[in-house]
Amino acid sequence: MTEEANNSNIISTRNLSVFYGSQEAVHAINLDIPRNKIVAIIGPSGCGKSTLIRCYNRMNDLVPTARVTGEVFYNGMNIYAPNVDAVHVRRQIGMVFQKPNPFPKTIYENIAFGARVNNYQGNMDELIEKSLRQAALWDEVKDDLTKSGLALSGGQQQRLCIARALATEPEVILMDEPASALDPIATLKIEELMQELKEQYTIIIVTHNMQQASRVSDLTAFISLDRTRVDDRVGVLVEYDLTQKIFIKPAEKETEDYISGRFG
Amino acid sequence: MNNKNSHNQSDFKENLNKRHALGNWFYFVLLACMLIGMFMLSALIIDLAIQGKDWLRPELITKYHSRIPEQAGMKSAIVGSLIIIALTGLFSFPLGVGAAIYLEEYSPKNWLTSFINININNLAGVPSIVYGMLGLVVFGRMFGLFKSDSWLVKLLNLPVGKSALGGLQFNLFGIPWLEIHLPFNQSLLAGALTMTLLILPVVIISSREAIRSVPSTIREAAFGLGATKWQVISKQVVPIAMPGVLTGIILSLSRAIGETAPLIIMGAFTYVPFLPKSLWDKFTVIPIQVYNWITLPQEKYRVHLAAAGILVLLAVLLSFNAIAVFLRKKLEIKW
Repeated sequence: MTEEANNSNIISTRNLSVFYGSQEAVHAINLDIPRNKIVAIIGPSGCGKSTLIRCYNRMNDLVPTARVTGEVFYNGMNIYAPNVDAVHVRRQIGMVFQKPNPFPKTIYENIAFGARVNNYQGNMDELIEKSLRQAALWDEVKDDLTKSGLALSGGQQQRLCIARALATEPEVILMDEPASALDPIATLKIEELMQELKEQYTIIIVTHNMQQASRVSDLTAFISLDRTRVDDRVGVLVEYDLTQKIFIKPAEKETEDYISGRFG
Repeated sequence: MNNKNSHNQSDFKENLNKRHALGNWFYFVLLACMLIGMFMLSALIIDLAIQGKDWLRPELITKYHSRIPEQAGMKSAIVGSLIIIALTGLFSFPLGVGAAIYLEEYSPKNWLTSFINININNLAGVPSIVYGMLGLVVFGRMFGLFKSDSWLVKLLNLPVGKSALGGLQFNLFGIPWLEIHLPFNQSLLAGALTMTLLILPVVIISSREAIRSVPSTIREAAFGLGATKWQVISKQVVPIAMPGVLTGIILSLSRAIGETAPLIIMGAFTYVPFLPKSLWDKFTVIPIQVYNWITLPQEKYRVHLAAAGILVLLAVLLSFNAIAVFLRKKLEIKW
């Protein structure tokens, strides 16, 4: 890898494989994520999209049977190197989950939690306002920050989770099917929000919804089950290119079949 | 032929009357089961109320046991029960919750952990009298280590009491109010520790259930924000589990409040004409006082005062359960 590539890519995956026990889940993934872009990861169910995205902030560490080989470089540092603390990685690479999962606390406390555990020294009120504004939620909740996060609607809850992730001042935000539990209007809001966040953050989004991938992302990675290993269910990277190219003129036949709805 | 006519009515004997009748009959069986249970309970409570109502008088809580039934009360038993329960709660909360957190969040998955799990479940079913014997040996007598002729006393040349029972008294770190008596004998402390052992398995089991019911998505969210394992557990998992933990502890304590056998084995006294001034004082509790009255020949003790005592015990018990229900409703998280 050249120095230039190092600078423009915030995350680079090299030969990354994940095993659950002895079962390989994703195999030898090489993927470069450029800074300030939205990268969509698409593919059929069970192909390892979520497994892959959870490698980027070492969430797979929490699964006792999971084992990761290969390297994930974040700003040139291998986050799986023995001297790297997963807690440090997770503050800088935030995550938004499939189902909105606010803490059963006030809106204020939901956002303050990440800052507090990381020993934030600045003004908490300002941080909370800034995070909520960035997540396009401030105007809706500014008058009742002491309301429970669980009292919000599903779409608001998910934006609260985004605000919560932003409050630890990350560089990268991982989104694991962030709109799959939301209605179309709430989904649209999240998608608009992603375009605004792109200015300051790099976003990696896993999605089932191909229209969503084509609407929001700059680049798209298509992951599918390795057809040469029929006995296992192992995800491999089939194609990775500009989103336009993937959706209009994919290089691989398999990608085209998936995009056009012939399987998946 | 038959296949073609598979929709033919004649292949089905619907027999609806009989099927519905069976359902109705079963409904009455279930109703009867419930009524029998309710009848027994109400018969018991009504009988107690009739026998004891005239004896539910101020003297019951302001006077000690007396040779004149009209003068007799159970002040020391009520105070003893309350102190024992308070101390038991104080001891079992940190121990039970700590063990539950360890087992749920930290313990490795191996044969030793499964062995411990099985044994905690078994311990929850051990008869309470066994805990009384354990408490007597461990806390009450401390294996006789502080008798005047024990090897420990001889080895360390401890200044034990002159009698054969021995016993050691000293002030920890020389602080006047931190008096320690070894062994614990028949003190409130020994009784509360025995009760703690008794309810600990149940407290651990119910706390584990509460911790396990915290959604894994909450853990993921907290880890994802860069919290350490300890921060996730102490700031999210345990506070969210707390209503369930408290409910479990209060219900365990309301079991402990009615326990008699372990405390009798411990040597809790039946006649205590004073209120305890420290953890080292002798004590009695409501069920022991009731037991004592039931063994006396006079009807006024045997029937009426005992019934009044049981009513007080039931009142304490019900208020504990009411607190548990209130806490659960109040702190419950609606996801």
